Amino acid sequence: MSETNKIYTLPKLEYDYKDLAPYMSEEQLQIHHGKHHQAYVDGANGILQKLDKARKENADLDLKSTLKELSFNIGGHLMHSLFWGNLAPEGKGGGAKPGGRLAEVLTKEFGSVERFTKEFTQAAVSTEGSGWAALTYCKLTARPIIMQVEKHNANVYPMFTILMVVDVFEHAYYIDYKNDRAKFVDAFFHIANWNAVNIRLERLLDACS
Amino acid sequence: MAITLPPLPYDVAALEPHLTKENLELHYGKHHNAYVVNLNKFIEEGKADGSKSLDEIIQASSAGPVFNNAAQIWNHTFYWSCMKPKGGGEPKGALADAIVRDFGSFAGFKEKFTNASVSQFGSGWGWLVWENGKLAVTSSGNADLPMKHGQVALLTCDVWEHAYYPTYKNLRPKYVEVFLANLVNWDFVTKNLGLAQK
Ligand SMILES: [Fe+2]
Ligand SMILES: [Fe+2]
Repeated sequence: MSETNKIYTLPKLEYDYKDLAPYMSEEQLQIHHGKHHQAYVDGANGILQKLDKARKENADLDLKSTLKELSFNIGGHLMHSLFWGNLAPEGKGGGAKPGGRLAEVLTKEFGSVERFTKEFTQAAVSTEGSGWAALTYCKLTARPIIMQVEKHNANVYPMFTILMVVDVFEHAYYIDYKNDRAKFVDAFFHIANWNAVNIRLERLLDACS
Repeated sequence: MAITLPPLPYDVAALEPHLTKENLELHYGKHHNAYVVNLNKFIEEGKADGSKSLDEIIQASSAGPVFNNAAQIWNHTFYWSCMKPKGGGEPKGALADAIVRDFGSFAGFKEKFTNASVSQFGSGWGWLVWENGKLAVTSSGNADLPMKHGQVALLTCDVWEHAYYPTYKNLRPKYVEVFLANLVNWDFVTKNLGLAQK
């Protein structure tokens, strides 16, 4: 995820919009990536430009509301980028089971991968309003820790590396599952790209050692 | 005593084409109903006092599942009454006067209400409230509502994504525009203002 020209850009997906069906329909993914994610990218860039302009003109800004909005939009952009990166078509990286060091780390912390899946699902289903469930890794304690994010930016553990996320904003599943968030979270595990999650973890562990 | 799902003040198809039948079926029959089912479960489990009114349960609870479900029942019941078929347009009489006094013009109110509703981060509600003898526009996150802030609710627009997704998908600004232009039941809002001023 590298950004150029000092602005944010919408990342390309490594699969087609139709490839995550039936767990995530083409229409659902297209609008989510092309409209919602794009809106966070545009929102964040707009605020950066507003800040640039105000500084150039030495004008005053309502920093409190501006930074709140910036946090929401940057959070939205980064969380969605992580999300697309930990999804893959079923059978082509999606589904399967956690392997490698990820499986070791999860088993050591949660007792079993099944227990992790259960807790992660509960975190996703019970997120208040709009938000995310995330698997993070704490370097200080060497533990994988589940994070339940409200909106895109509340209840975040500073400095923890995010390994995997699932979006539980209603826009993430309403076209496919209507009000049934739990059904969407079940479907997520069919398209979860455990290999990508394992790579994120290995990169982090290698950097620590 | 169990809390019941209040009847919808109109048919599920009555707000077409501004909100589709499917949109209302889901919103009323699934979302609103789920909050009622959840709260009744909490009452059965002794986590909420079923002998109290919904308003009392809301006032007595702090952030958490009981508050969230009780407040969402209240918010949705209020929201349904804030709309009617062939609604929208501009209010008349005392409400129109108060809007001009406190927002300069109806256009001024519209702009404020639209901004508050469109820019609410994530899930929530846009509100016109009565506070300290004046009208004010606010927004609230998730289940939060004016009565917890010493305000009287006069009008609300649900801006949880489920409120508009079946009809408008991601286009929240379009939904809020149509809500004001074609759906608001100004008679209900005027009645609320009268009660608030008593
Ligand atoms: Fe999303
Ligand atoms: Fe709603």
